[in-house]
Amino acid sequence: MAWSCRSKPVVLVLFIQLCFLFISPSLAISSGSADGYTIHGRVKIPSLGVKGFGLHGKISNIKVILNGGQSVTYLRPDGFFSFHNVPAGTHLIEVAAIGYFFSPVRVDVSARNPGKVQAALTENRRGLLEFVLEPLREEQYYEIREPFSVMSIVKSPMGLMVGFMVVVVFLMPKLVENMDPEEMRRTQEAMGNQGGLASLLPGAAGRS
Amino acid sequence: MAMSMAVRAFLLLLLFLSFTNLSVSLYEDQVGLVDWHQQYIGKVKDAVFHTQKSGRKRVVVSTEENVIASLDLRHGEIFWRHVLGSNDVVDGIDIALGKYVITLSSEGSILRAWNLPDGQMVWQSFLDGSGASKSLLTVPTNLIVNKENLILVFGRGSLHAVSGIDGEVLWTKDFAAESLEVQHIIQPVGSDAIYVLGFVGSSQFDAYQINPKNGEILKHNSAALSDGYSGEAILVSSDLLVTLDATRSKLVIISFQDGEINFQQTSISDVLGDSSGTPVLVSSKLPGVFSVKVNGAVTLIRVTVEAKLEVIDKINSVAAISDAIALSEGQQAFALVQHGDGKIHLTVKLSHDLSGDLLKESIFMDNQRGLVHKVFINSYIRTDRSNGFRALIVMEDHSLLLLQQGAIVWSREDGLASIVDVITSELPVEKEGVSVAKVEENLFEWLKGHILKLKGTLMLASADDVAAIQEMRLKSSEKSKLTRDHNGFRKLLIVLTRAGKLYALHTGYGQVVWSLLLPNLRKSECEFPTGLNIYQWQVPHHHAMDENPSILIVGRCGRGSDAPGVLSFVDAYTGTEINSMDLAHSISQVIPLPFTDSTEQRLHLLIDGNQHAYLYPRTSEAIDIFQREFSNIYWYSVETNNGIIKGHVLKSNCIQEVVDNYCLESRDIWSIVFPSDSEKIIATVTRKSKEVVHTQAKIIAAEEDLMYKYISKNLLFVATVAPKGSGAIGTATPEESWLTVYLIDTVTGRILHRMTHHGSQGPVHAVFSENWVVYHYFNLRAHRYEMSVIEIYDQSRADNKDVWKLILGKHNLTSPFSSYSRPEVVAKSQSYFFTYSVKAIDVTLTAKGITSKQLLIGTIGDQVLALDKRFLDPRRSVNPTQAEKEEGIIPLTDSLPIIPQSYVTHALRVEGLRGIMTVPAKLESTTLVFVYGVDLFFTQLAPSRTYDSLTDDFSYALLLITIVALIAAIFVTWILSEKKELREKWR
Repeated sequence: MAWSCRSKPVVLVLFIQLCFLFISPSLAISSGSADGYTIHGRVKIPSLGVKGFGLHGKISNIKVILNGGQSVTYLRPDGFFSFHNVPAGTHLIEVAAIGYFFSPVRVDVSARNPGKVQAALTENRRGLLEFVLEPLREEQYYEIREPFSVMSIVKSPMGLMVGFMVVVVFLMPKLVENMDPEEMRRTQEAMGNQGGLASLLPGAAGRS
Repeated sequence: MAMSMAVRAFLLLLLFLSFTNLSVSLYEDQVGLVDWHQQYIGKVKDAVFHTQKSGRKRVVVSTEENVIASLDLRHGEIFWRHVLGSNDVVDGIDIALGKYVITLSSEGSILRAWNLPDGQMVWQSFLDGSGASKSLLTVPTNLIVNKENLILVFGRGSLHAVSGIDGEVLWTKDFAAESLEVQHIIQPVGSDAIYVLGFVGSSQFDAYQINPKNGEILKHNSAALSDGYSGEAILVSSDLLVTLDATRSKLVIISFQDGEINFQQTSISDVLGDSSGTPVLVSSKLPGVFSVKVNGAVTLIRVTVEAKLEVIDKINSVAAISDAIALSEGQQAFALVQHGDGKIHLTVKLSHDLSGDLLKESIFMDNQRGLVHKVFINSYIRTDRSNGFRALIVMEDHSLLLLQQGAIVWSREDGLASIVDVITSELPVEKEGVSVAKVEENLFEWLKGHILKLKGTLMLASADDVAAIQEMRLKSSEKSKLTRDHNGFRKLLIVLTRAGKLYALHTGYGQVVWSLLLPNLRKSECEFPTGLNIYQWQVPHHHAMDENPSILIVGRCGRGSDAPGVLSFVDAYTGTEINSMDLAHSISQVIPLPFTDSTEQRLHLLIDGNQHAYLYPRTSEAIDIFQREFSNIYWYSVETNNGIIKGHVLKSNCIQEVVDNYCLESRDIWSIVFPSDSEKIIATVTRKSKEVVHTQAKIIAAEEDLMYKYISKNLLFVATVAPKGSGAIGTATPEESWLTVYLIDTVTGRILHRMTHHGSQGPVHAVFSENWVVYHYFNLRAHRYEMSVIEIYDQSRADNKDVWKLILGKHNLTSPFSSYSRPEVVAKSQSYFFTYSVKAIDVTLTAKGITSKQLLIGTIGDQVLALDKRFLDPRRSVNPTQAEKEEGIIPLTDSLPIIPQSYVTHALRVEGLRGIMTVPAKLESTTLVFVYGVDLFFTQLAPSRTYDSLTDDFSYALLLITIVALIAAIFVTWILSEKKELREKWR
């Protein structure tokens, strides 16, 4: 970082900043020059392997975006990133990584109180003590094909057709058998009038 | 009865099961089935070769789309690629230490190093400076200070020395106070010092000698140029510069050897003889030689040791000259490219001996690629120890080609990275006589295919089988046929690129069917030609079926909006230009009218900067049709800078010296002036003219009620913000920014609805469809993005719902739907949080408008999310009633859900996303989506699932088996029942 300083307040600011730096190394904001500050941060993806290859891609394809595209930066191999020349105000940082869901982060860069970190995830309003961004969850873009199961065949329209047939062929006679003979005769008479078993089904379907 | 109950239960189960087994999203093995993705980089600005003897040979390029990419030199594929932010323009690239790609961007303030093999960013340095200047990046090969390789950067008026290993800034020397306009930074071979050369003011040349260890100035010389200078100074050798004087009539040679600055002026006419054109120095780095371009002819001039000028060659029609590259024995070579009779001639010459050519090749070149704009060369050692050369050339249409051994090794259509506008065109109908696609090649193949598919469904397929299935699906010849299909999936996407080239892409795999470099955007009298839009000019159906459809391309010659326009008419099937026109007037608006003439040519009204309207086509038939509708034509214009929206109608023919029946004057009928101190227009959106609305009625089942959508083609959505909130996020506080949205009728200028979001700001992205608008903006109080929906309903027809009135004929039909009648409308609105920044929003369109709609949201991560419109419904409430739930109303949540499976682009990124376009297919359930940016992406979507066709993975074999099984079962049961009956009878 260039520690060029031209105006007096900045020198003061830098002094405070330096003090802070010694106290806590995880500070996110430092003042760079007269017209802006620098935001440092880190993106940490736990499941990303040692070599930087994750489930979905490489760390090199992760972008960090300030204020909806005002500036875009990339990650170093250790996950650190920085934005320079950011004016004081409340900013929004987004992380675009295929395969992970990151919450946008609200970052307050205060002109009066430089070095003060105020960062919060906007999705769940959780404050960040350290400026380390972690994905809220992994994203799975594809449906997972369920392994072959009998159910999937049975559930398919064809399976249903076969199943229905099986029910009609094998269970119906059972039902008929269980009926008491008196009722059976009556039913058969009714069937005779109506034209057999076939006419019963559409009727049932119509009523349901 | 027990039996009928059982039947009923079973049928219910059947019904239930058939509903649960549906899914919207994609399986991983379905990728590439209906979608395609193409990656581009844009027009190459700079290229650096990296061709070591071992390992992969690659070329690193930076482009005008802010892309840095590493390309495979063998095939032209992308090894890696990064799209930098839009205001992070790349100024220079180079390779340092043999392993890092160094890029300088953002006007010389950001220096980054990327790992050459995989594109991982290694370090990033911010170089601070106070001035503004040219940005220069120099990576000296042999400048090692304290065991560190230095990278020299001049940016924002300061010179920085940066360590190549970790990007640490070692020292900085500020030149801003001297107001030096830097031209070159050199580190001569064998010298310890760095030279910074530049001009101060209009006529002073300065040379600084700087100590590379600490940045101290060792020596500073300056001298006044008597006649000033113009343009660039070309470095001829390590102590000589060449420039032109302010009048461009003299060549000035500046030598700065050992701190002594000497000038030597030579009149151009003395060197070149008689020449009438303006001479331009060609900025190619050639040792001891420079070149002057006059009227397209290039003269190579050598500067001798005594600083004498010596013309060595004059070459006509040179398109481009490369920089010199070092060959093995201290020799240097460069390439130049010439055009001639449909070929390009590549010549490689030695820079110290121009008489002979190292290489001379002629390569046939497609003339739709235009002229050669840039050439970069690289050498390799052939097996016979001679030098071979490969040349990377950038063409006028932004395509990139690699030439080697007299042939094009590979080419990339990188013009497609800068699409300006897109329309679609139908393909030709399949003619009779042409066999209607051989049903299937033969039965055996067909059976084999289906058995494979069945195996796949039953999860019995081996890895080879899976690959075979995948290939079979991808290679179905159906997809890439050049005829219209029954479902309307096959279409031509006609795109206009920034280079002024038209491409017709087939929706099958995105292959280029034809391309055309528009001739009237290339004319020499046309300065800064820009293609603007494409319109459907002629869509033959009914009585003009035999003609090919044609499209209208509107462009302008020049940068300002008052520049004269050009029109071009192109056949959509063949890509040939039918007609072109150079207009005398400018074009500020193009209005396609809903009328066509007898040849199905659509009438267009072109509005110029002075609010004159011009009718096209210029035929008497068109004017007849137009006269009938004269009083029904309204349009509006938005003056963003003044905050005024105006409505216009036609008045009379133009009053000019020459009578022009096709020129009409207009008059303003209304205007809305937004107060400039509190409102600034940032977005205006209308409905798409082609959208089809299925029904005007919306049934609200929960209240057993009916509402009428207020559907008007003349609605305009306008968003304004407070002037303080018009900057980027972080510049305004919630108290000083507010967002106001309007719905305006563009015929009468009536404001139908107005709403203010306090503490919100832009950018606003909006989409207007049917009777609703969805818009995306930033809420400063919550510091999150929000999306809001406004739905607008017509209340004047509320009485018509009464069935009794309808029967008795007493319903109110006397008030016809008109923009003039005062509308009684009611608007409903609701807002939700949305996680991401948005780059574009669109909505799915279907053929009849029956299918439910999805919003397509291009997010900041360059993905496209499909979000069901039901999530943006003002009737959502926290606890919907049972009736509302049945209607499909989703309980209200404060933010819109992001379901990863509903990303249309699945695991892909459409880098540099700029626009989304949807076109309906003929099949009602399906819509075609085309997403463009630096990359292109196309897919088919079925927002309500494919209810009217079988999905691709439907198993016909399983269906056949079931039918066979059922038939078999029928026979078995028949035989069984026969037997049983027989037994009954014997009993």
